[in-house]
Amino acid sequence: MKRLLVTLVLAAALPAAAQDLLIRDATVHTAGARGTLKNHDVLVQGGVVRQVGPGLAAPAGVTVVEAKGRPLTPGLFGGLTGLGIEEVSGESATVDHTLALGATPTGHEHTWRPEFDVDVAFNPNSAAIGVNRVEGITFTVLSPSSTAGGSFVAGQGSAVVLDGRFDAALANSRSLFVNLGGGASPLSGGSRAGQWMLLEQAVAEARSGTDDGLLTRAGRAALQRYLAGGRVVFQVDRAADIRQALAFSKKHGLKPVIAGGAEAWMVAAELKAANAPVLLDALANLPSSFDALGSSLENAARLHRAGVSVAFTQSGDATHNARKVRQLAGVAVANGLPWEAGLAGLTAVPAQVFGVSAQRGRIEPGQVADLVLWSGDPLEVNTVAEQVWFDGRAASMRSRQTELRDRYLAPKGSLPRAYSGR
Amino acid sequence: MTMRSKATLLAATLLALPLLAGAAQTPYPSTYQPVASGPVLIRNATVLTGDGQRLEGADVLMRDGRIAAVGTGLQADGATVVDASGKWVTPGIIDVHSHLGVYPSPGAAAHSDGNEMTTPVTSQVWAEHAVWPQDPGFSTALAGGVTSLMVLPGSGNLIGGRGVVLKNVPATTMQEMKFPGAPHSVKMACGENPKRYYGGRGQSPMTRMGNMAGYRAAFIEAQKYRAAWDKYEAANAESGRGRGKNAGGAEKPAQDLRLETLAGVMRGDITVQIHCYRADEMALMMDLAKEFDFKIHAFHHGVEAYKLADELAAEGICGALWADWWGFKMEAYDGIQENIALVDRPENSCAVVHSDSSEGIQRLNQEAAKVMVRGERVGLKLPPEHAIRWLTTNAARAIGIADQTGLLAEGKMADVVVWNGNPFSVYAKAERVYVDGALLYDRADKSRQPVTDFMLGQEVSP
Repeated sequence: MKRLLVTLVLAAALPAAAQDLLIRDATVHTAGARGTLKNHDVLVQGGVVRQVGPGLAAPAGVTVVEAKGRPLTPGLFGGLTGLGIEEVSGESATVDHTLALGATPTGHEHTWRPEFDVDVAFNPNSAAIGVNRVEGITFTVLSPSSTAGGSFVAGQGSAVVLDGRFDAALANSRSLFVNLGGGASPLSGGSRAGQWMLLEQAVAEARSGTDDGLLTRAGRAALQRYLAGGRVVFQVDRAADIRQALAFSKKHGLKPVIAGGAEAWMVAAELKAANAPVLLDALANLPSSFDALGSSLENAARLHRAGVSVAFTQSGDATHNARKVRQLAGVAVANGLPWEAGLAGLTAVPAQVFGVSAQRGRIEPGQVADLVLWSGDPLEVNTVAEQVWFDGRAASMRSRQTELRDRYLAPKGSLPRAYSGR
Repeated sequence: MTMRSKATLLAATLLALPLLAGAAQTPYPSTYQPVASGPVLIRNATVLTGDGQRLEGADVLMRDGRIAAVGTGLQADGATVVDASGKWVTPGIIDVHSHLGVYPSPGAAAHSDGNEMTTPVTSQVWAEHAVWPQDPGFSTALAGGVTSLMVLPGSGNLIGGRGVVLKNVPATTMQEMKFPGAPHSVKMACGENPKRYYGGRGQSPMTRMGNMAGYRAAFIEAQKYRAAWDKYEAANAESGRGRGKNAGGAEKPAQDLRLETLAGVMRGDITVQIHCYRADEMALMMDLAKEFDFKIHAFHHGVEAYKLADELAAEGICGALWADWWGFKMEAYDGIQENIALVDRPENSCAVVHSDSSEGIQRLNQEAAKVMVRGERVGLKLPPEHAIRWLTTNAARAIGIADQTGLLAEGKMADVVVWNGNPFSVYAKAERVYVDGALLYDRADKSRQPVTDFMLGQEVSP
């Protein structure tokens, strides 16, 4: 009996074994070379997509789901977020994405810590993860931030899968995050030119192994790894600054990713030539700063036309409302981006950008079966995720928000509402 | 015009009259003039009137800045005819919570004019004195179908100051945008913002106790102020002597801008707009309103309004809410996407979709669409003709302009949007936006798309 109890506890704590699944008669948006396949089936075995085709036979024991023509997509990318490393933005004890060693009373000589890696702070049990999981967000990239007392080289983060597993970071997805431009100027002596001066110094320290005051030994080692073709996400809006980021990357052997990129469309040809993808906020059409006077709703469409890979990330509350990223893709499509490219910007493109495309981002044989069945057009604001699967396992479609909803949806009873929902 | 609507108009005009009889006229008056326009007949559209009706194949006739008729088979000699076959027509969208102009784009420190956080009660400051008409956000909001908006001070203070209702027309001065006849509002704030800021400086309020004490102290002062003025005015009226002189020997009280606003609140001349997230705090504010005998028009942000939906409806208080924002602070932790739908559910409710955002104001239709699907998924019936109320008639009610706009009915201001289809979609676009009958935005015609002075001639052009 005791042993049985232990087994049950373990079963509750660990994800269930990968399931076999047949989803029948879906509109399969593969986000891959086959595009959209109407009235197709998707067979999942061992948590991996095995076949995509019409009229697939159901192997014995497989769970069959009738999609009835509804859209099926790969699990969506939630953008660059703090999911799992930020619970309540306003409560500093719950926020782990920003390092400011220079702001602590004890003081630290080195405030530049490219070795800072937020992955180890990841909490898969954050309520914000559940809230976004039920909306079809199955992976995100943990994005460190900068603040006073820290550095505009914010640190590192990986792509994480949002099914609640502890070891959620995906291999080969770790990136270095660098914040540039006017917003980061207070961290570079008041000038954006200081950003390039300090970055050059950091690179020199990493290359030479000598301490000129900026980096620790661990920091030099961390940066050295990126100088061998590592992925660096530059948060940058102004066209001129984007060009500097591309030139710096070329000079030092970095693989650049542009995030934000309000004026990226102005340097589309250079981005294409550098093979640099852009993660953008397709809602950002206002000159929100003097770095972003060229903001346009057509940013995504123009970049796509020029052959630049486009994915989506939010400039607003990217973490709690990560689910809003679908609306960004929809608005980009409403402003000239082809629909398939809009979906790819939430799936295949971010998977490619962050080095996980062999497993995720498309519905194809060999891909991990992280899937979402939608009530309608997944880029629409008037649709919802009907079911989410990770590794072919149906995820719970409950979250803290659905619990709160149901508690207050019900009529008042004789007991206070605190007794409902048990 | 019927007698009834005349009376309503008169009432609105009275609302705009000086809050204190001692003042000769409302200072900083509206100089708004509609752009001249001939009659326009929009034909054969799906029309959402704003009060729950949906008319198919319907026409809307605008003349002299007003809605002249809504119906089918309308004729109008000399009118510009707009074929709206396959299009949808709604009243102009109203955003009851905006900081356009006071926190404009670009986000320059020099233009950060929304929060007078020098002391917790600043009911003397007026948002209209800080509105920068060249904020490019006004133009993008217009392209999203927004024809009226209320610009409020921020939420850093317990009582942040007066808000102003604007018509969303390109202008050189705030006065040229000021909605004629609209009442002022006062912005108050519950919860974390005031106590965090002042508490962090070692000042009151440091706690929610301090918040409540702060509102109460201010209203107690204002009661005395109001009584002094009432006494003076009564003596003045009795003696029948001219204004501005000592009436019947009564000393004219000194004008106090801070208390004047709160006295106006208690007199019912100024609408009350309260930033308040938590249900328990809304309940306290409702009791505060009873203690000092004023009416709350709307709770703004109210991510927990769904917990108090019946009480809000019973008190006639609107919930001006987001579709999906939550979690950025403790008081926003219980947000749900069905909030607006649940606030809308009781009879006589007043659910409003608001933005508080230069991005959100451009897409209030999409925000409403999110709410519709969430509500329908839990069994509520929220068809387009109903949901449009959240952006039009309910919004107008929340800020005191329902007698003027928000509804496609004869005599109302001709604030009208022609959409490329059902507006409750991510693909929906406002094609034509009319303000008082004038076409001020036309998606198909660059010459009818405003460009602010700020954007004009920039080396970078989107």
